[in-house]
Amino acid sequence: MSSLVEIKNLYKRFPIHGDLLDQLSFKGGKIHLHKEYVHAINGVDLQVEQGEALCIVGESGCGKSTVARTVMGLLSPSKGEIHYQQQRIDNLSANEMMAYRRRMQMIFQNPYASLNPRMTITQTLEEPIKFHQPQLSRPEMLDKVAEVMQSVGVDPSWGVRFPHEFSGGQRQRISIARALIVDPEFIVADEPISALDVSIQAQVLNLLMDAQQQRGLTYLFITHDLSVVEHFGTRVAVMYLGTICEIAPTQQLFGKPKHPYTQALLSAIPNLEDKKPDFIRLQGEVPTPVNLPTGCVFNGRCPHANERCRQQVPELTLTDTTLVACHGVEEGRLA
Amino acid sequence: MALLEVKNLQVKFGLRTGEVSALRDVSFTLERGQRLGIVGESGAGKSVAGFAIINLISRPGYIASGEVLFDGKDLTSLTAEQMRYIRGNRISMIFQDPMMTLNPVLSIGEQMMESVLTHTSKSKAEAREIALEKLRLVQIPSPETRLEQYPHELSGGMRQRIIIAIALLLDPDIIIADEPTTALDVTIQAEVMDLLLALCKNQNLGLILITHDLGVVSQVTEQTIVMYAGRIIEQAQTKAIINDAQHPYTRGLISALPHQGAAGQRLYQIPGSMPLPSSLPSGCAFHPRCEHAQSRCQQHMPPLTENEKGKAACFLVDQRTSHP
Repeated sequence: MSSLVEIKNLYKRFPIHGDLLDQLSFKGGKIHLHKEYVHAINGVDLQVEQGEALCIVGESGCGKSTVARTVMGLLSPSKGEIHYQQQRIDNLSANEMMAYRRRMQMIFQNPYASLNPRMTITQTLEEPIKFHQPQLSRPEMLDKVAEVMQSVGVDPSWGVRFPHEFSGGQRQRISIARALIVDPEFIVADEPISALDVSIQAQVLNLLMDAQQQRGLTYLFITHDLSVVEHFGTRVAVMYLGTICEIAPTQQLFGKPKHPYTQALLSAIPNLEDKKPDFIRLQGEVPTPVNLPTGCVFNGRCPHANERCRQQVPELTLTDTTLVACHGVEEGRLA
Repeated sequence: MALLEVKNLQVKFGLRTGEVSALRDVSFTLERGQRLGIVGESGAGKSVAGFAIINLISRPGYIASGEVLFDGKDLTSLTAEQMRYIRGNRISMIFQDPMMTLNPVLSIGEQMMESVLTHTSKSKAEAREIALEKLRLVQIPSPETRLEQYPHELSGGMRQRIIIAIALLLDPDIIIADEPTTALDVTIQAEVMDLLLALCKNQNLGLILITHDLGVVSQVTEQTIVMYAGRIIEQAQTKAIINDAQHPYTRGLISALPHQGAAGQRLYQIPGSMPLPSSLPSGCAFHPRCEHAQSRCQQHMPPLTENEKGKAACFLVDQRTSHP
């Protein structure tokens, strides 16, 4: 089976050195040109298979949202390629990209910011159809809007209302409706439930799972909430400082995490159980993505790091059904 | 006598459109060294409860009735001057976002010493010593350097530790922590919570932990209060709340959490959302969302009644316990 979306050796860096005058510095009688970058993604390889929900988890600043935005073409990669059904899409012109935009849609984190406050719900939902299916007549379009609103559990008669008249959960349903209205195959959801309350989170997660079943959707799901991943994901990719440290089927990852960072991350989830394993305390803090550490990006905080980890970047290698980027696991030093 | 006793507290907000009650008839007690969790979703009134205790409700909000007895004194009747002595000195508060709480143009040392100098007659050198001691207590590496640094030079976890150190400066009896780790990553959250728990145990501090996260509450607190639409709807030992909740809302909240062993299945969902304080339904505020609602739930507000498991405000719980 071939993958729906393939991310190949992706790099993304953001300049933070300002304009030319800011880059110049005067040192020891000489003028220096100094450029600085934030290295947000450093060599990410990832395949999203047809029909699965691939979750990317990681802490803030690990590059998970940047991956999502690069896949959608909202950011262009510094290096590397994005393929959609074996077709390279990261170098397409805006016009050529249009065909793909209909097939891949995005849901954003904050439904208070992602809906235009000056457009009614019907106007918001009509807009994607006007772009992607201009052949539809107005009554057909309105039918479609009503149908999609129904399917996300928002009363179609509320179409004349504005976003501020809705609660957070309802707004997120409307953003989901906006993504679903063009009948996409692939949805990138960037923290879609993080801004919502617990009882509303369950409603939205159920909606996303129902939509997946009914429409055969494929998800790339970005989140920092591991308990959601455990419930929702088919496979999980764990990111740290712009690289992937572990990819595994969900049960495998939660049952037997291999990478030391994954282990620490899982041990930190607050849960309701009494017998919780001790939380693994990491040394220090996440290093700045401006000056990346040499070797494994995790080496400065890893309790098992040795000389090789400080020198050589580990590759993702297959152990059992898990892909792990760790010298320790590969050498069998870590059980 | 309890260290802190909140009695029938009512907080109202006078808006152009009329008065709304943000807090209705809230009562609870906290002993020295006790850890109490207040959980609820946004709009439940949990933060208002925290602010009301230290009299920080600002206009258009006001405390309409009720008492906050601290060491036997009613805090709601104190003057601003007397209240300032209590805040920071006896009761400290930790807020959600450490970047918003710290002053960006003052060094860590300046803002830590400021608090000591305002509240006590200590010298600058003594204040600096106290600041250093508290920084060590919250396990900040190389505290001398940190005193000279500014908030933007520190990471989120480090900033929240400094906030905790500031809260501890004057050895208070109670700390009120309002969503202290919501802005932090899970690994940092675990560290900060570990620290708070250890401090409470070692220093015999009372802690009121306000959060939406049942997982955090279950790991830190002994007692838990669940709030809904401005009222306490359930109160019990934290373990009892997690394993054997009585109120349908609490039960719903716990079953709505994604959990192990049910991957891919539909989650339990509570229909609808919390009502606004300006348009509360009649009777029990939860009845429009409750699957067990009866006709009397629409007409009468169930009182918070005590039974062997704890307290709950629900007619069904009353029925269950009085006619077993």
